[in-house]
Formats: sequence, structure tokens, C-alpha cells
Amino acid sequence: MANVRFFRHQPDDTSAERQKSALPRWSLGAALCSLAIAGVGAAMTAEYSDDNESGIDVPGKSVQADSQPGSDDSGSDTGTSTSNFAIEIRKPPGPPRVGTGLKNVDGTEVTVACSTCHTTRVPNHHNKTVKELDEFHGGMAFSHGTVSCLSCHNERDYDTLRLADGSRVEFPDVMKLCAQCHGPQMKAYEHGAHGGMNGYWDLTRGPQTKNNCIDCHDPHAPQFPKMRPTFKPKDRFLEQPRTRH
Amino acid sequence: MIADDNSSPERQAETNEGWHLPVVDQPSTRRTAMKTAGAALGLAAFGKAISPLWSIPENVSVDEFLQQHYKELSDKDKQKVFQRLEAESRETYGAEVTISDPKPVPGVRFGYAINLSKCNGNGACMEACNKENNHHRGIDQSYIRVLEMSKGSMDMEHGTTTYDHTVPQDDKFYMPVQCQQCENPPCVSACPIEATWQEDDGIVVVDYNWCIGCRYCEAACPYHARRFNWEQPEIPAGEINPDQGYLSNRIRPQGVMEKCHFCLHRTREGRAPACLEACSTGARVFGDLNDPDSDINWVLKNKRVFVLKEELGTQPNFFYFFDS
Repeated sequence: MANVRFFRHQPDDTSAERQKSALPRWSLGAALCSLAIAGVGAAMTAEYSDDNESGIDVPGKSVQADSQPGSDDSGSDTGTSTSNFAIEIRKPPGPPRVGTGLKNVDGTEVTVACSTCHTTRVPNHHNKTVKELDEFHGGMAFSHGTVSCLSCHNERDYDTLRLADGSRVEFPDVMKLCAQCHGPQMKAYEHGAHGGMNGYWDLTRGPQTKNNCIDCHDPHAPQFPKMRPTFKPKDRFLEQPRTRH
Repeated sequence: MIADDNSSPERQAETNEGWHLPVVDQPSTRRTAMKTAGAALGLAAFGKAISPLWSIPENVSVDEFLQQHYKELSDKDKQKVFQRLEAESRETYGAEVTISDPKPVPGVRFGYAINLSKCNGNGACMEACNKENNHHRGIDQSYIRVLEMSKGSMDMEHGTTTYDHTVPQDDKFYMPVQCQQCENPPCVSACPIEATWQEDDGIVVVDYNWCIGCRYCEAACPYHARRFNWEQPEIPAGEINPDQGYLSNRIRPQGVMEKCHFCLHRTREGRAPACLEACSTGARVFGDLNDPDSDINWVLKNKRVFVLKEELGTQPNFFYFFDS
């Protein structure tokens, strides 16, 4: 690719020149001698970086690929090498619970599992909009393509989700479900180019935490929300100086 | 001023007996007058030449004034310098800080990429930079500028930083610009005193104590990535980040240049830069360009990537890409 040339290391001629200019002037012999040493040094530097460029002699780097989350997209992965730290992917706690609007004696809200109601109801496969929902889910914003509720929710067990092939998947493993349709995003995610992370870029020195899909995207309305900028540097040339000197 | 009525040869012979300072007690001949004037001029010139020694600003200690260039400091010197700077932070800001100078990791060359399809211009990176790097709170300084750009244009000179509305706007895209850590950095060539240089991992650093604040580098940088400390930074003691690097986020003195250093006090320890961790859209990718399996290399191989102002030949280690 055209980009390769951007990280090609250029042998550092200027450093040799700088060393030259900093040499003592009082002895031509010493200057020549030092020049020779500087030349050898520069040559060795160039050789060293050439090695690195070809990726041969970079300790601790070659094993890093093994711990990419691609090998297990649903949970924390310790990788195949014990010297590497784990990439931890945040997981949702479990099946959601729905508020009923009623209060317990201690003031907390009464919540119920999905299955509390849905085990006794007949699944409606045609339900694709919020308008058709009259009880609990009425206030929900839904904007996720043309999928219906039961594309993702498991009609056989509402406390789980379902994949396109009908197999069951637990709520904490929701990324498996998302990845069915959003392959390019998942691929970018596996390579750290989607989703953001915290922790160490170098897994030989520390662990990494990555977001789950639904940390940033509401599964029912997955478009990333609009935001309001909270911080603006006050560039000096944009306004009057605050003090006079 | 020249009186030569006493310049008879007899008198001259008389006063020249014994040893005298060259211009003292000599007859007022034209010659001695010229000598006196010359000596006075010489003294004045010498005084002027060494005058900076007694015009050291009050807040600069002798140690600071005589400090050598970072690259010429021995480990022992460095420890002294770091201790002095830590003490200064304690006195000036009332904050306990630790100053170190993590070295480049051998074999690592840093690269950074931003996904312009993801960035929505919310500016969390700027805020994180401000806090991490102990920037002046008075002007909310940051090493990053997020430019709002019209779709269809790639010219960063037409971007604006002053937008204040819900983001992203449909007809705009957002491009954060910070130091591009060029392979061929014009700022380094511009510096007359080598106060800024490129380290082995590609990061261009500044020795804030060597910098004379001439701002040539600021003018040389085509990405407007360098900042000048017009004022002594004001930071509340509680907000000072105590994890400081000599070449990175320690509190800078007034009158020196500073720039993004890829958070080298974090990244050389293996951690991600602060702006990356703060990014709420996950638009930032950081890693080792020398590692063929790194995230950054995956982006370079698989995405539509470009660099800013490629035509200038600066060869940035900072990339921009799109999802499709």
C-alpha cells in the first residue's frame, strides 16, 4: 500500500551532522576521530532500525496478535500466550428487568423479568413498531432498520436473545447477535478500529478494557446520539488577550 | 576634555618613573586620553556583555539558569533537576508531583490514526488533553484542535474551531488536529538552539528549560500544532496531574513552546494516550508501527487512509481514515 512509506525509518543523517557541529575544535585529530565514531554510530543506528522495520527483532511483539479479541468475541480473552495481559470486554449484567411503576415498601421500584409476562402471551411476529406496543414498552424509541422484536428477542425464552438461525444466546453475549449483521464493524472492532478502549496499547505490559456494542449503541435505536461539545480551548488569536505584558 | 598644556617632554619623563597603571597618573596627552577612552569603552562593552547575569528574573534560580541541555544531563544531574522542579511545583502550586523521563521503548515507533467517519466533534479529547497535560486552565489550553469542516473539502485551513452547536451536523465532518509527529519535522529544523528534537520512537519533544521561546517552530509547523505559554499556567492544586514527564506534561514555565507528545509518560509505559481513552466515539487508534500485527497497522492496511498536507513532505506518523 501507499502508506507503507510513511513509517519507513530514514537513516538519520542530521544526527551525525549535529554531532559533528558539537565537536571540540581545538584538535583536528580528535575531531576527525570523533567524526569516524559518529559515522559508525549512525551506520549502526540505521542497521538497527532496518531490523525493526522488517519486524524480526521486536521482543514481545510477535505474540500480541494471539490475544486479539477475534478468537473469542463474546468475553474476556486471555490469549494463547501467558506473557500477554487480557483484553476485557465489558459485558451487560444479564437479562434486563422492567419497571412496573409500582413501589416496594422500602420505596424501590418493583421490577419484573421479561418472562414474567411473556411466558403467558402469544408471540406477535409482525410487531415492528412501538405503536403496536401498549403496555410496558410504550415509551421506547425504536429505530433499527426493518427488524422485528422477535428478530432478536427469543420467543421461546424471553430472558434470552436469539440468533438468526434460531439458536439461543444469553444477554451478556449480545455482541454475537450484533455481529451477525454488522460484520465490518465487528471486524474493525476486533482490530481496535471501532469501539474505543481503555488501558494498555501494549498487552505485554498491561490489560485493556473495551466497550461492548450496547455501551455506545442503544440496541433499539443504535445510531450514535448527537452530542453537545463541552470544552472549547480559547485560542489566543480568536479573542482579545486577557492580560497585557 | 583634552588639555595638553602640560605635555612638555620633561614632565612626561618625570611622571613615567616607576610602575604605573597604563592610564593612571599619566600626562594628559592625546595618547593617554585615547587610551582612557578605549579602556572605558572596553569596560562598558564587557559590562554589557555580562549584564544578563544580573538581570536573571527573580523567579529563576541559579541552578535553573545554568542547567544544561536535557541530552547533556547525566543521570545524577537529571535527578537533581527533577527534584528541583518537584520542589518548584510544591512551592508554586502546592501540589506533590513526581517527575520522570521514560525513555523510548527500543524497537517501537508510534503511530496514531483517527477515524473521520466516527469522530463527531464532541471535543472530549481536548478536555482530556487539558487535564492530563496540566494545561493552563485560564485559556483552556489543549494540544488538540477539533476542526469542523464542510463535507467535500479536505483543506484544514478552512476548518473552524469555534462551533458551538449539537454535533455532528449533517453537512460537516470533524477533524481533530494535533502534532503529527512528522518523520521530517519542520519545527525541529527551525529551532535555532536544538531545544526540540525527534526521539527514537518518533515523538518530537521539547526541553522546556532549554527553549528560549522564539516561536520559530510555531511558525514552521504546517499543522498549527505548537503552543506558546503566554502566561504562567494557572492550575488548581487539586487538578494537577502528579504523574509527570520531564519532556511531556510537567507544568511548563511561562514563555516556552510546548506541543503534543503522544502522552509519552503514558505511552512509553505501554498505556494509551489520554485523548484516546477519553474519545467517546472510539475514533482513535494508537499503536506501534513496527509491529505488523498492531491495530494501527491493520488500519493502515485495510482502510482508506490519508495524511494531512502530504504535499509538504513532512511524512506524518499521524493518519486519518474513513470507514468505507
